[in-house]
Amino acid sequence: MPTKTDIQAELAAIVEEIAGVPADDVQLDKAFVTDLDVDSLSMVEIVLAAEEKFGVRIPDDQVKNLKTVGDAVDYIDTAQA
Amino acid sequence: MSGTRVVVTGLGATSPVGGDVTSTWSALLSGQSGVDTLKHDWAEELSTQIAGEAAVDPGDVLERVKARRLDRSGQLAMVAALEGWADSGLADGGADPERVAVAMASGIGGFQTLLSNYDSLTQKGPRRVSPLAIPMLMPNGPAASIGLVVGAKAGVHTPVSACASGNESIALGIDLIRLGRADVVVAGGTEAAIHPLPLAAFGQMQALSKRNDEPQRASRPWDKGRDGFVMGEGAAVLVLESEEHARARGARVYAEVAGAGITADSHDIAQPDPSGAGATRAMQIALRESGLSPEDIVHVNAHATSTPQGDVAEAQAIRQALGAAADRVVVTSTKSMTGHLLGAAGALESLATVLALHHRVVPPTINLDDPEDLGLDVATSRRDLPSGAIAALNNSFGFGGHNVAVAFRTV
Repeated sequence: MPTKTDIQAELAAIVEEIAGVPADDVQLDKAFVTDLDVDSLSMVEIVLAAEEKFGVRIPDDQVKNLKTVGDAVDYIDTAQA
Repeated sequence: MSGTRVVVTGLGATSPVGGDVTSTWSALLSGQSGVDTLKHDWAEELSTQIAGEAAVDPGDVLERVKARRLDRSGQLAMVAALEGWADSGLADGGADPERVAVAMASGIGGFQTLLSNYDSLTQKGPRRVSPLAIPMLMPNGPAASIGLVVGAKAGVHTPVSACASGNESIALGIDLIRLGRADVVVAGGTEAAIHPLPLAAFGQMQALSKRNDEPQRASRPWDKGRDGFVMGEGAAVLVLESEEHARARGARVYAEVAGAGITADSHDIAQPDPSGAGATRAMQIALRESGLSPEDIVHVNAHATSTPQGDVAEAQAIRQALGAAADRVVVTSTKSMTGHLLGAAGALESLATVLALHHRVVPPTINLDDPEDLGLDVATSRRDLPSGAIAALNNSFGFGGHNVAVAFRTV
């Protein structure tokens, strides 16, 4: 299984691809909307890309709980387990 | 007409012959064709396998993250708008956003986004449809995206009248300024329709040239060997401004856009009225609205798509509209080089008309080896225009019976 560090790196690459945020800035304590300036449509795209990448399902009603990169990494890590 | 004079203060373009205005204009003056064989696998089964693809891929010009949020038609529009806006000098300020509008036309809109998302829907399910599908496919998407970049708060519009759309944007821009609704209008058109579906569909209408073995010679308006139009893609933008606003900020003025005429044939959904009556009236109205007489017109940039019926009907219309003055007018077809940019055609050809007046030189019409007997002076090589106050018309017509003529004059 990928480690949380692996998940963070993969997620950072997705965020860079979709929202243009440099992957190095995608740190666990950063909030997608307020810190990384990811808009709502880009957030949906990031979720869809993460679902494909990690083979998990992230229901729409869970997305609002994924405020920070760390939240998303934890969710994916748990969902993969 | 209204006392408000409207002038052109900025130009932007990306076309089959160049990725900006300078390269496009230089290619047009030297008679270069932008048409080539389509190298996509999907083209193999089509009866028409040639088109004028954008000389510079818009995805190579725009920031990657911005480009991926736009349909190709929006990307092309954005490239042209950024150039035109910078060229006007307004990118550095100088216009009140509440007095800036956008009129950016498209004939078909973001259908490539529509189709690719339909593929995602049917192959992978509804959760794989992009959340950006709607803003990317909506016909007003390019206009709205440009509005965000230029900060337009006086309204953002998308005229749709098939291949007359680009000219209709410019006509709308004149109206917005004369009605006092805006001081500045970013007006133009965009189209990205080089895709198997429209090529197949226009092919089924028998509208496209099948001269696949000679792509650069396939678009041949008024030539007896013409067999249909060649599709092109691209976008063009004219920044229109009230003369008062332009003068107050010391803007460079290319030309005045003096007036427009819009008519409908009410004849057939696809065929032009063979009498050319609607096209004639469009030109007559444009002259009247501009306070111009036929003797003032030295140049007509014709719609002339290289279809058997349309070219002849238009030539007849030009003679009817201008009367004896038609003998002294230099006529040209930009499409002989660019192919037909559909909803962007009127914008690109208005841009060519403005530059022809500004530089006092008309680009050639290429491939006119065996001309129809038109009774018109079609320039087959670069032609100088006279000095002094001169004016020109740009015609665009569209499926649906739309006719739009725009009149420009020197300042």
